[in-house]
Amino acid sequence: MNMSSPLPPPGQEMGHYVSAAPFDVMSIEKISPDQEKIYLAPQWKLMWWKFRQHRIAVWCGVFLGILYATIFFSEFLAPYNIQSRHVDHIYSPPQRVHLFHEGSFEGPFVYRQKFTLNMQTLKREYTKDTETLDKIRFFCTGDKYWWWGLIEMETHLFCPAKGGELFLLGTDRLGRDMFSRIMGGARISLTIGLLGVMVSFVLGIVIGGMAGYYGGWVDMVVQRMIEVLQSLPSIPLWLALAAIMPVTWSPLVVYFGITVILGLLDWTGLARAVRSKLFSLREEDYVMAAQLMGAKPSRIISLHLVPGFMSHLIATATIAIPTMILGETALSFLGLGLRPPITSWGVLLIEAQNINVVALYPWLMLPVVPVVLVILAFNFLGDGLRDAADPYK
Amino acid sequence: MLRYIAWRIAVMFPTLLIISALVFTIIELPPGDYFESYVAELQAQGENVDLQAIEQLKVQYGFDKPPVERYFHWVWGMVQGDFGYSFEYELPVTDVVGDRLWLTMLVSFVTIIFTWVIAFPIGIYSATHQYSWGDYGLTFVGLLGLATPNFLLALVFLYLANLWFGTSIGHLMDAKYFNQPMSWAKAQSILEHLIIPVIIIGTAGTAGMIRRIRANLLDELQKQYVTTARAKGLHPFKALMKYPLRMSMNFFISDIGSILPAIISGAEITAIVLSLETTGPLLIRALQAQDMYLAGSFLMFLAFLSVIGVLISDFALALLDPRIRLQGAQTK
Repeated sequence: MNMSSPLPPPGQEMGHYVSAAPFDVMSIEKISPDQEKIYLAPQWKLMWWKFRQHRIAVWCGVFLGILYATIFFSEFLAPYNIQSRHVDHIYSPPQRVHLFHEGSFEGPFVYRQKFTLNMQTLKREYTKDTETLDKIRFFCTGDKYWWWGLIEMETHLFCPAKGGELFLLGTDRLGRDMFSRIMGGARISLTIGLLGVMVSFVLGIVIGGMAGYYGGWVDMVVQRMIEVLQSLPSIPLWLALAAIMPVTWSPLVVYFGITVILGLLDWTGLARAVRSKLFSLREEDYVMAAQLMGAKPSRIISLHLVPGFMSHLIATATIAIPTMILGETALSFLGLGLRPPITSWGVLLIEAQNINVVALYPWLMLPVVPVVLVILAFNFLGDGLRDAADPYK
Repeated sequence: MLRYIAWRIAVMFPTLLIISALVFTIIELPPGDYFESYVAELQAQGENVDLQAIEQLKVQYGFDKPPVERYFHWVWGMVQGDFGYSFEYELPVTDVVGDRLWLTMLVSFVTIIFTWVIAFPIGIYSATHQYSWGDYGLTFVGLLGLATPNFLLALVFLYLANLWFGTSIGHLMDAKYFNQPMSWAKAQSILEHLIIPVIIIGTAGTAGMIRRIRANLLDELQKQYVTTARAKGLHPFKALMKYPLRMSMNFFISDIGSILPAIISGAEITAIVLSLETTGPLLIRALQAQDMYLAGSFLMFLAFLSVIGVLISDFALALLDPRIRLQGAQTK
């Protein structure tokens, strides 16, 4: 036996020593205040931290927030009503806003336009009258409007000078201001995506929830249903469904009809997400506990399971919104979607349907700019949300 | 493998049956039928309507029977190759449709190839240069393609072609080849006209595919065998090509199934703007006129096309991936 062994020789008692000083576990596993903040943070806070790292997504979120805020005040923000016509200014090109006139600062203004009909080519020609300045007025009275159909108002954020006109983005074939119409169209185009997603959200949670919770033949049927729906090209089906709506329906009913149609075929992705999440979550102990206490499936799904993956669902839904907005635009463009007098970006683009417009009045295609921007923003926002949905990763 | 193929084909039939029921319901839903709107139109024009003849037509096409019976009649007809009768053109549907089916298939097929050729190298580049400027830039361009409505892109292309080349890029062939038998010159003309539609339709699908290839390849590149290969001194190019790429190929093939419906959708709208000789413009017309057999056959055909596409991608996947080949039939 080696003498340096810590063990005593065989047969002898082992030495025994216990420190009397109180032992504090935390003294070894000490966590810095920073770490503690992370460990104790609630889930939504972790998500927010994670989301904040995705800079582009944050900016897109802010952009969309502002855009959605404008739809509350679109009449106020637009200088004209969406239906007011200016017969002397048909197909007026966009006017440039100037700040300086002959070197001196004048504040924002536009030069007055003179309209002449070229008798040889029958083309409408607008010439700038650089002598007359139409200064833009702010917080001024202009076209009367019913704010949300409730309060009669006539205050606008900015209006044209008295006796002058202000067409920031030109006018269409009836002399209606494109800028005001795009602002007004935002209300419909932006909400149609949200409402459509809500429809598919409800369908996705209910159907996917049933499949994931019950499993077995319910799951089998739902799976096949999703497979069939996903293998169908959506736009032809949308067209067919949109063609069902009778012409006699009022534009508002058509609007809701379109949202339902868009949502009706788009729930499959959400249902799949719900189903796969439920499959993994329903094995958890807390579900078993709830079952033993006699909770009904609907209660377990909605109260215990859905909150567990709500963040995933919201991220998935955000990515689905652009498809809906594009779908509405396409349907309206083809004349099967919304109809005037309801104004959406798709309805505005009907005007840009033929090649003459592209050649002669390209500003009629401007409604596509907000469409593209909104879709890009939703895509980036959805990316950021998806990354943030799982903050523990 | 044979078992898998047989099983996969067997599954296809119930799917098609469900789709046909769905399509039939959709085209039956509008109130009234073609004859009613036809009669109303004639009366509006102040013409005499031979109601008896209309009644006879209705009986002839089974409009006096309940919908379920008509549905089975319709499906049975399709199985035998009889797609019904187009009321508007007063021709059998097969005659109206004619070449359009093949041209739709051609456009979709070429678009998929185009999407691959563009998306594959970009996806690999984005994955291997993650978070570089190139990655961001290419992703952004891809997204831009996704965000721009196809119909508008088509309009702009129409205009530019007119401006720069003085030609019209509408239609899928020169006007002199309409209703002509297939010839070398006609094929050439079709190929020339294909380029623009394919680019327009392809833009939408490419973005999604780039993103998915990138994500898939990134997952694969983070696995340990790649690190091992690099640690042992394998050339980076080979460490990329030999295994990770092959693994993500699986996904690449299976992705056909998910982009094909999107491509067919996009093709419909583009076809309407560019007045291509595919199913799109006729489908819209048929839907508006309640020409139900024609519309139904088109919808059915488009659905069939995507189901077949998914089937083919599944077969290709089974060929590539032994895991599916060997146990696919049992687990599914």
